[in-house]
Amino acid sequence: MATKPEHLTVISGVGQSDVGRRLFRDPLELTLDACVEAITDAGLTTADIDGIATYPGAVGDPPGFSGGGAVDVHDALRLNLGWWSGGIERPGQLGAVIDACMAVAFGLAKHVLCFRSVYEGSAQGQGGRAAVMPGGGGRQVIPRAGGFMEWVLPYGAPSAAPWIAMMAQRHFHEYGTTPEQLGQIAVNARKNAALNPKAIYSDPMTLDDYLNARVIASPLRLFDCDVPCDGGTAMIVSHVDTVPDLRKPPIRVEAVGTALHGRPSWDQFDDLTTMALRDAAAQMWSRTDMKPSDVQVAEMYDGFSFITMAWLEAMGFCGKGESGPFVEGGHNIARDGVLPLNTHGGQLSSGRLHGFSFLHEACVQLWGEAGARQVPGNPEVGVACAGGGPMGGALLLTQSR
Amino acid sequence: MSDAPFRVLPRITDRNAPFWASGRDGVMRFQRCQACRYWIHPHSVLCPQCLSKDLAYEAVSGRATVHTFTINHQPWMPVPELPFALAIVALPEQDGLRFTTVIVNCHVDDVHIGMPVTVTFEAHEDEDIWIPMFEPERS
Repeated sequence: MATKPEHLTVISGVGQSDVGRRLFRDPLELTLDACVEAITDAGLTTADIDGIATYPGAVGDPPGFSGGGAVDVHDALRLNLGWWSGGIERPGQLGAVIDACMAVAFGLAKHVLCFRSVYEGSAQGQGGRAAVMPGGGGRQVIPRAGGFMEWVLPYGAPSAAPWIAMMAQRHFHEYGTTPEQLGQIAVNARKNAALNPKAIYSDPMTLDDYLNARVIASPLRLFDCDVPCDGGTAMIVSHVDTVPDLRKPPIRVEAVGTALHGRPSWDQFDDLTTMALRDAAAQMWSRTDMKPSDVQVAEMYDGFSFITMAWLEAMGFCGKGESGPFVEGGHNIARDGVLPLNTHGGQLSSGRLHGFSFLHEACVQLWGEAGARQVPGNPEVGVACAGGGPMGGALLLTQSR
Repeated sequence: MSDAPFRVLPRITDRNAPFWASGRDGVMRFQRCQACRYWIHPHSVLCPQCLSKDLAYEAVSGRATVHTFTINHQPWMPVPELPFALAIVALPEQDGLRFTTVIVNCHVDDVHIGMPVTVTFEAHEDEDIWIPMFEPERS
């Protein structure tokens, strides 16, 4: 019987640049700092790297959204590539890493450098979020709306915040979810961020602090929204045959999920309380004999807190519509709970590194390298997933020490 | 001279022009397959059901119910009023046919899921663009 393709791939190293609210550094430097650290972490050199995968590629708009594309890194490191890819149309940000797994399993490359970097904090400067929004105050040219923006810009809603807010509102309506329950995602993230030296927000935050913050788009409040920042994250996807060459025992890729069965749309998707995450998670579980109860650490996208609630349900960590009661009080998702969640502080508190930080943190936890925020009991199985709305991708990871 | 409030307007193409101009006579129209009668939104060049290219804009009743909503407080871009009620409304013409819009002519605190609403238009006559908005159904 043929080997499952996922089992041909491992994650051999990870890296992360300095992270800050506004670093005002050359974004390519942040990108390459992360890349070089990941290569070194794997025990490799630039001569070993023969693949690149990145999200979203070299795009100049919106400002700060990409700190460099595949070509920038390829040339900066003078790599010889067997395969490369950069782009935004994929099942979530981690879709780039899943592409890398496929390229390695296909034999096109042995060590694929995967990266994502942002400088949204510096780009928006003192102009607030509007400075980087289509139609926002920071733009010189008033745009005419096209694509999906055709349907939201005329109504003053260029941000995913009000789009996700409407999904959360529908969830509140159908399942009785409360602001106090939703707030646990943000409070838990802040608690974990206090132990992450790179986190943007590390001051303690109570549930009352959360509830007293201003409303952005009901039911989402300020701390339901991630914090824009500057920084780069990278990891190396390697072929399992190279394990003897690696510096440390690698993380095994057990299963991936990329499916999207509904319409790729923020308002036409059949079940707005579920979104695309439902299909990506279901596909991931269909490719393994492991079960949700095997997972010991979960790093799940929180561009907005409600997306994490939707991932909890999609992944089967609780029943459909039951994420509210599951997170209530915060005990289940705490670092010493049944499902330690977003142990680095998520994007809500550790910064909007945009997807890749969840995979980075899952690997760090499975290697036992998380220091003060290390989940107790040497976790051996973790989930990392990214994306919300009509895009989502997930990886199930294992590591035996 | 138009006294319409500032809006970022859609880029008008041959395909979407009938949609955005539709409100000129106070009627909302969506693309509809002339072969199998399926309503299509957003606009396309063929029917996703039967792949026919025989599409035309047809009037809908203008009635809808609020499927979900948010009261948006954050100024993402210039808008006439804050906060405002952004909503996804469900149209009775076809299961799953929805439209993202704003709810106007009522207090934002009165907007709720299941609320019956009807279409109204904000005129941008200079551009021949009539932005569909929804208001509480008059009983």
